[in-house]
Formats: sequence, structure tokens, C-alpha cells
Amino acid sequence: MSGPSTYVPKSAFGKWFESRLPIVGLIHSSFVVFPNPRNLNYLWTFGGILAFMLVAQIVTGVVLAMHYTPHATMAFASIESIMRDVNYGWMIRYLHANGASMFFIAVYVHMFRGFYYGSYKAPREILWILGVIIFLLMMATAFMGYVLPWGQMSFWGATVITNLFSAIPVVGETIVTYLWGGYSVDNPTLNRFFSLHYLLPFMIAGVVVLHIWALHVPGSNNPAGIEKKTEKDTLPFHPYFTVKDALALVCFLMVYVWFAFYIPNFLGHADNYIEANAAVTPAHIVPEWYFLPFYAILRAIPDKLLGVLAMFGSIAIMLFLPWLDTSRVRSGRYRPVFQVFFALFAITCVLLGWLGAKPPEGGYVLASRICTAYYFAYFIIVLPLLGLFETPKALPASIAESVLGKSGSAHAMPQGAAHEPNTKA
Amino acid sequence: MKLISSLTTRLAIATLASVIVAGSAFASGAAAIPPRNDWSFAGPFGKYDETQLQRGFKVFHEVCSNCHSMNKLNFRNLSQPGGPGFTDAQVKALAATFKVKDGPNDNGDYFDRPARPADFWPSPFPNKQAAAAANGGAAPPDFSVIAKARTYERGFPNFVFDIFTQFQEQGVDYLAALLHGYEDAPAGFTVPEGKYYNHYFPGNVIAMPPPLLDGQVSYEKGPDGKPQAPETVVQYAKDVAAFLMWVAEPHLEQRKEIAFKTLVFLLVFAGLLYFTKKKIWSNVQGHA
Amino acid sequence: MTTVATTHAAASAEPTRRDFLYIATSAAGAVGLAGAIWPFISQMGPDAATIAAGAPVDFDLSPVAEGQIVKLFWRGKLIFVRHRTKDEIKSAQETDVTTLRDPQTDAARVKEGKDQWLVVYGNCTHLGCVPLGNEGAFHGWQCPCHGSVFDTSGRIRQGPAPTNLPVPPYAFTSDTAIRIG
Repeated sequence: MSGPSTYVPKSAFGKWFESRLPIVGLIHSSFVVFPNPRNLNYLWTFGGILAFMLVAQIVTGVVLAMHYTPHATMAFASIESIMRDVNYGWMIRYLHANGASMFFIAVYVHMFRGFYYGSYKAPREILWILGVIIFLLMMATAFMGYVLPWGQMSFWGATVITNLFSAIPVVGETIVTYLWGGYSVDNPTLNRFFSLHYLLPFMIAGVVVLHIWALHVPGSNNPAGIEKKTEKDTLPFHPYFTVKDALALVCFLMVYVWFAFYIPNFLGHADNYIEANAAVTPAHIVPEWYFLPFYAILRAIPDKLLGVLAMFGSIAIMLFLPWLDTSRVRSGRYRPVFQVFFALFAITCVLLGWLGAKPPEGGYVLASRICTAYYFAYFIIVLPLLGLFETPKALPASIAESVLGKSGSAHAMPQGAAHEPNTKA
Repeated sequence: MKLISSLTTRLAIATLASVIVAGSAFASGAAAIPPRNDWSFAGPFGKYDETQLQRGFKVFHEVCSNCHSMNKLNFRNLSQPGGPGFTDAQVKALAATFKVKDGPNDNGDYFDRPARPADFWPSPFPNKQAAAAANGGAAPPDFSVIAKARTYERGFPNFVFDIFTQFQEQGVDYLAALLHGYEDAPAGFTVPEGKYYNHYFPGNVIAMPPPLLDGQVSYEKGPDGKPQAPETVVQYAKDVAAFLMWVAEPHLEQRKEIAFKTLVFLLVFAGLLYFTKKKIWSNVQGHA
Repeated sequence: MTTVATTHAAASAEPTRRDFLYIATSAAGAVGLAGAIWPFISQMGPDAATIAAGAPVDFDLSPVAEGQIVKLFWRGKLIFVRHRTKDEIKSAQETDVTTLRDPQTDAARVKEGKDQWLVVYGNCTHLGCVPLGNEGAFHGWQCPCHGSVFDTSGRIRQGPAPTNLPVPPYAFTSDTAIRIG
């Protein structure tokens, strides 16, 4: 994925194989010698964490599918048999359910890192757009997965979200009927959601491959937001970033284990332990926490169609972010005014999340509207204008200089620094 | 630039203000918060109290199970590790006192036979409609996971603290409170015919008549000839709530043990990785 | 994460301490991986409900007529209960055991004094098909899949099956009733 490989197989078989399928060379050039900016901070470890979470969700999910029954009369009971009778079934299910939340925690950190350091800016527009597509697929996967236990929240979440499509003029009702496979959310809906919930993660995996491919063309962005120029700006992926990613991953796993094994139902809803009942809607229906900001945007708009459009628009607008941000400086580190607006944007997103869980009444509605307005203003007004008016701070001359200061970068680096990095003086 | 900044600041203040106003407006209408109990199964090293689960089972068996089903409980669960600690023989004898439907036999007939440990706890009613018809139109909820299916709003910032304190006993606290929460309706509050007033039930009007009375269930006697625990409604409520928690989460003890071991391992592994990382990066200029 | 130690071979003043660190980290990683894999293997086994469902099965023999073969299930596995005729018992008992592929006397395959009742698993020991009763050269069973022939004691006589039809654990609870399991 990163140009011709320098990998030379040692064994005769290795040479024979490599000349026919150069996959070891591909791995070697992409994940062993690949030159990464040396100044990456721990926020850059979340890409690796996300890759791990995708694999973890697929593995636990495939196992759960061995014991789960996608039928309206048996789904709830089959989940309970997983929780009670299957060896370590409770563990695998809790890992999967909480894994979805951990996946979203990691993806939000990953996205906000991109927002702050301008990772979406040229030449990484396609990389960013692929990321937004992954995010959309993740949301679809998570939503359909939440329907599978066939609890009250599953059922009513499915009802509410599929009904969003009824807002589409003329064909909306027909689309919803086709989504359901009937005239309400019922067994056909559950069965197809199971099929799609199994399919989508593999589509995500496919787009992830493209995402990494697109990443390895220009290489990673970095906190300084300037491109790597010489070998002294970089370090080989292995062992420097493999060990750093591994450390971050293990710390992340501690959080994951805390949630999955100590407070496994903290992020869920009690109502989902009540079997689906088409005659009773839970008193307080809210989506999973990772959807709350978008749910708040949906409810902030008092018109059905416009609300749905705003909700989808709040994600779609990210696709245009590379061109909405007009600044010539990439990293937020050198943009003092941007930092203020970015902080406000981050707070707005958290507030929207909180408001999404509140009843749509009184002051909450007003607050949701103000937050929604700022959310869109950030993309459509703030970022385009800031680039024109803001005076950025002086950029360092190179990545090495941003780490070592001016004096450090003055030293001549030994040959082959990428492989045998500069040792301390 | 300045203008935009100050405008944004004002907007932010307005947002916060409306949020605060909204928050306090809703605080007044909140339902009664169940009192917190000191559960043996709470916290990182929590374990069920076997004798409490046995008492709770007795209350469930003699009182609750007359109306409430427990569809996901097998008799055999009652003797599995991390549960009430009945012996296999006790469970077998208990199961044999129940009749379950089986069949069809070779003649195509359905027949009743004594239950076996592998059988599910039989429902008091043949179906939901029958349960509703016998209980004034409202079918009593199934008890299999009810301790996880009930909760109350913790609110900000408590829900953040709960992550660290591992407080997750809202459901079981609520169940215990509900069972001794019956009282006379306050003046001006009319309770519909055939319904009851309960301090902790959302909306306060509950269809279930007060199920427990002091002294209704006799607990096993201790060596001193006195019951293991007070035979009071409050104690019954606690014991049966604990039992329902176990039914909802039968592998809780194993889960918490594995959690601790896994975290200790990850901590050690993270430590090793930290020093490995330090060592590997130690020859890179400008990095620790 | 476990291969950290292998490629980084730069010279150092304290090779032993560094190597120990890398080995310890790699070992911890390997242990963690093995521990994480175990539940995923364990879940493949029979679950608690399946194990508990293997309770003994009581079966009343009185309605089974002479010459009749009855099928029943224990732990999901098919079992034949055969009420043998005098001729069938005779031919089973008179077989020269030394000529058999899986030598076993008829007496070892039935309960003492209950020669007329043969209880065997109902799946061919070749690849698991259900043999057809009263068929084949020995009037015991013949498997429709690959032609294994069993005699009236359920012993393999011809064809690819390697062993006799096994006898499940059972006992007579009365003169006309058995309990399997």
C-alpha cells in the first residue's frame, strides 16, 4: 500500500512465494518499515484501537450468531439462554454489547482528533470521506444489532428509526413497508436486520482496507500538521508504533473490561430486558448513547421531514468538511481562534448528547435548537470564514524541529535514520 | 473576529441557562427514589448471600409464584454454583412436587408428569391472556430478568459517579422498595377501584395488591430457635429482591471474579508494555 | 504485540535486562491471548441446558410385540429397542465369535435373563446413517448408505462399518420397563 517494497525474503520458499503473491512484502512495507511521523501523540493510537474493536466485534458476533435465534418469538429467549446456559455466553454477549459502545468511544476520539488536527485537509480528503462512510456503516450496524435482542427498546427503537423514512414525500410509506417487510416492525423485520447486521461489518472491513490504503499514500497527519520531508521526521512503524499502539490498546482494554464485566448494563437500557410488546411503548424512549447527539438534532426541528433531513445532514456535512475548512494551516495547534470555536463545537456535541436523552419539552427544546444551530454554523459559517480572517501562529520548519526545537534539527542525521533512528547525544 | 467570538459566547451562555432552567423544572416532578440497600453482591468483590437467596426463594415460592411466572429459571439453576446453594437432591425433590405438561406420547396425547431439574419453572397461568383475565386485566410481569428490567433515573452527575463506584443496584433497590411501599394515598389523590397506592411505583397507582404481610412466610430457624432473619415485610422484600437479582444475573459472581483477574493481568501487561515502550523509544531524540 | 522483541536487535550496554523485559512482555501477551481465546473455544461445547437435558429416559417394554423394533431418543441420539424372536436369539447366540470383525458374544450385549430385548444405538458405526431393520443377509439391520450389514445382535458382519452397534447404558427397572442413561 505504500509503494514498492524493500522486503527481501530470506528463504528459497519465501522468494518463490513472494514472486507469486507479494503479500508479506505488502505487510512489511505497510506495517513494519512504513515511515510514520515521529511526533504522533497518543490520540493517533485510536486507529489501531478501532481496528482491534472491529475484529473483536466480528469475533464475538460470529460466536453469538451460533447461539442466537432471529425469530420474533424466540429471539429474547435465545439471548437469555446465551446469558444463562452457553459456556461463557454471558461474557461474550456483554463483550459484544459493550464493545459497540467502546467502538463508538474510540471512533469519536478518532474523529475529533481529525477535526482538531485538520486530518481531513488535502491530500487526505478521500481518506476522510472513507472514514465518514465507515461511521455511517457503523451506525447502521449498531442500530440493527440493538434490535436483535427483541426487547422493548429494540422494538420501539426499530419502529421510530424506520419511521424516519416515512418523512420522505410520496414514496416514504412504501419504503417503510419494504424496510419492515410488513405493516409494522415484526418477525420479517427482525430476520432481515439479523442478516444485514451480519453483513455490514464485513462491508466495514472492506472500507477499512480502503481507508488504510488511502492513509498510506500520504501517510499519517501529525500534531504539527506539516508533511514529513526527510527521514529524520519519521520512525519506522515497527517497533516504535506497534509498541505504542499496543500500550494504548491495553489501557483501552482496561476500560472495556471495566464496563463489560463490572457494569455491563450501565450503557444499556433497563427496558430492553422486557420482551418486545407492540401494545406498550416505554415511558421514556431514547436511543443508545452514541446516537443521542443526532437524535437531539432530529427533535430540535419541529418539522418531520426537516428534522430527518437535519439529522442525516449533520453527518452528510462531514463529507464536505475538507472543502468547508478554508484555512491553509492544517493543525489546530497553530490556530488560536479556531481553538475557541473547536472547543465550543466539542462542548456542543456533548450537550447535544445530553439533550438527546432528555424529554423534548420546555428549555431542553430551546437548548437543542441553539446547539443544533451552532453545530451547523461551525461547518457552514465558522470554518469557511475562519480560514479567511484568522492569523495562524508560525509553523515549525519540519516535524523534527517541532519535536526537538531549532537546535535539534540542525544536527545532521545519520544515514538510514528511518531504520536506525538518531540516538541521544 | 471579536464580534463572532462574543456572539458565540453569548449563545453558549443562553444555551447553558436554558438547560439549567429546564433541568430544575423537571426535578420537581420526579418519582420517589428508592432507598439504597447494603447488598452483598454489590461492588467489585460482590457475592450473593446463599442464605438470603434461600429465604428469597421461599418468599417467591410461597407468595409471588402464585401469580408471577419465571420462565427462564430451570430447577437445576437452584443448585448451580454462585446461586442459592441448594443441593442436587433438594432440587430434585422440589421439582418433583411440580407437574409439567409433556408429550405427545405414542398415542398422541399430552400428559402431566412430575418436573425434573432440567425443566423450566412452570407458569402459574397457561398463557398471557389467562394471566391477565385472572388479575383484573393486567398480566403480572415475568420475573426472569425483572431485576435488570427495572430502574430509576440517576441523573447527572450521579450517573457519572456510578461508572467508578460500580453502583448498578437501582433495579433491585426499586423492587425491595416497591414491596414495602404500599401506603394510604395522600389527601386529594383518588386511587381507582381495584388499584392500590404505592409510594415507589411510577405514577403511584399499582394493580398489584400488597403481596406481603408480617409473619406470612416462616423462615428456617437458626441454632437459637429463632428465625434466621426477621419475618417482616421489609426483610421479605429485601430477600426476595436479592433472589430476583440472582435469577436475572446468575453468573454475577463468576463475572466479577473474572473482571478482577482480567484487570490485574491487564495492569501488569500495561506496566510491562510501558517499560518496553520506554526502552524502545529511549534511543529516539526528543522522546522520553 | 507479542513480536516486539524479535526485530529490534540493536546493541545495548545491558542486553540481559532488556531481553528479559521483551521476553516478559511477549510472554504476558501470549498468556493474555490464550486466556482470551479459551471462552471462545469453550462456548462450542454443549451448553448447560443440553447437558441437563440428558436425563434418564424410562421406557415401557410391554407394548412392544415380538419381532418389533421400536425407535426412541436419548440425549438426541437414536436408540433401537428390538423384541427378538426365538430364531433371532438363536442365530445370534450360535454365531462363531472368532469370525467376527468386532468379536463380542450375544450374552455381552443383552441383560442376563432378558435375551429377547436388544437395546442398541441406532446409527451405523460407519458414518452415522440409520440402518434398516430386518434386512440384509443376517436379518438384523442393513445400512442403506454404504451397505453395512448387522446381525440380530447388532454386530457388524459385512460392509465398511468398523464396529458393532454400541449398547447404551440402561437397566431394567422392572420386568417390562427399562431406564436408559
